[in-house]
Amino acid sequence: MSPLLSARGLELRFGRIAALDGVDLDIWPGEVVAIVGESGSGKTTLLRVLSGLAAPDAGSVIFDGQDVLGMNEAARRHLMRTQWGFVHQNPRDGLRMGVSAGGNIGERLMATGARHYGNIRAAAADWLRRVEIDPERLDALPRTFSGGMQQRLQIARTLVTHPRLVFMDEPTGGLDVSVQARLLDLIRALVAELGLSVLLVTHDIAAARLLAHRILVMRHGQVVEQGLTDRVLDDPQHPYTQLLVTSVLAA
Amino acid sequence: MSFALRAENLGKSFTLHLQGGVTLPVLQALELTVAPGECVALSGPSGAGKSTLMRCLYGNYGAGSGRILIRHHDASVDLATADARLVREVRRDTLGYVSQFLRVIPRVPAIEIVAEPLMARGVARDAALARAEALLTRLNLPARLHHLPPATFSGGEQQRVNLARGFAPGYPVLLLDEPTASLDAANREVVIGLIAEAKARGAAIVGIFHDAEVRDRVADRLFDVAPLHEAA
Repeated sequence: MSPLLSARGLELRFGRIAALDGVDLDIWPGEVVAIVGESGSGKTTLLRVLSGLAAPDAGSVIFDGQDVLGMNEAARRHLMRTQWGFVHQNPRDGLRMGVSAGGNIGERLMATGARHYGNIRAAAADWLRRVEIDPERLDALPRTFSGGMQQRLQIARTLVTHPRLVFMDEPTGGLDVSVQARLLDLIRALVAELGLSVLLVTHDIAAARLLAHRILVMRHGQVVEQGLTDRVLDDPQHPYTQLLVTSVLAA
Repeated sequence: MSFALRAENLGKSFTLHLQGGVTLPVLQALELTVAPGECVALSGPSGAGKSTLMRCLYGNYGAGSGRILIRHHDASVDLATADARLVREVRRDTLGYVSQFLRVIPRVPAIEIVAEPLMARGVARDAALARAEALLTRLNLPARLHHLPPATFSGGEQQRVNLARGFAPGYPVLLLDEPTASLDAANREVVIGLIAEAKARGAAIVGIFHDAEVRDRVADRLFDVAPLHEAA
């Protein structure tokens, strides 16, 4: 077996600031990897580079044998449609707000070749159920949904095509605490059931503990510590990881 | 090589970077070998490092020095140097750990928590749930609680969910941290029975048992974890 996604020697500078400073990363099939760190640590930049949204100054990103950084825009879009999924922090960035809930899910299916209207509608209804939205809301517009529902709809839209690798950028970021737990549990169950590989960017240590098999801790564009999730969180070695872990309030 | 689990020259200290970098040595040159079918009880005063040793043996704490060898699928794996994916595989197939407290996952019912490690090993969902149900029943957890998330359970009820989860897969190596601490006499007997059955099928067990009666009935020998004196 080989890694699904493999990055080596990523460098990216914004003026004098190193956003990525020698980052290596592998994601294996079925593995959930969390990148944690505070704002400005470089974790969102890393996500953008790995998914081909931003070009690094140096380094390589290989997905399933394909050079992500060297491919043209059409090839990258094809990858994004068929093999990858992206869950944005703000559901408005991942949904089409003027299209019905069912349309949002069906659109992604059609982009991968589905054509039969009845099947697409049935699949959309099934996915609404899986993300705990009443299928009666199939024809409702996302703007009539609560924030938590919008985020669940974005997850349905992303997972309906069974992507092999899903990028998640602070998926619970903008939600009320009571809504976060439900969403985290839903993501946890779906990821296990579908055997997805996930790259999760979060500043929420508890979310990382719940979802991730492995954690990378980033600071100033560098991975300062990485390893098995419970080992990094329970026996942190780097001063910055110790600070992150001890800064979390226990409920 | 007839061991199931073996610590060689194991050392562990903690460096507290936020407290001026002070280093606390806890384990030093520790040697422990556990054979299949054997139960070793860790003894020593509170704070001597018994729980630290258990966590090192599970790979939850990284080993500072030495090796932690475990028999995994007829091969020997060093948990001190194994990468994260291999540690996960060892935990799925070979190494179980029952901690003192259940880490509750929101919304997941007790029976699913117990069945999860079975399904991770490829046991069919129905069979996994049936085994979970049987173990929870044996541990006297009322049937009406099986399908509720344990967040609101009492300490003893949560501990029994934790025990059922730890014993369900039949791990070849099992670590038990105070497994009977919050249990009544009847449930203590159930746990003693589960440990005896695990030993009979060849499981190697390392445990911390503050309850002397339980310890005397399940342990084949004691292993003394002595506090280290402050390093000069």
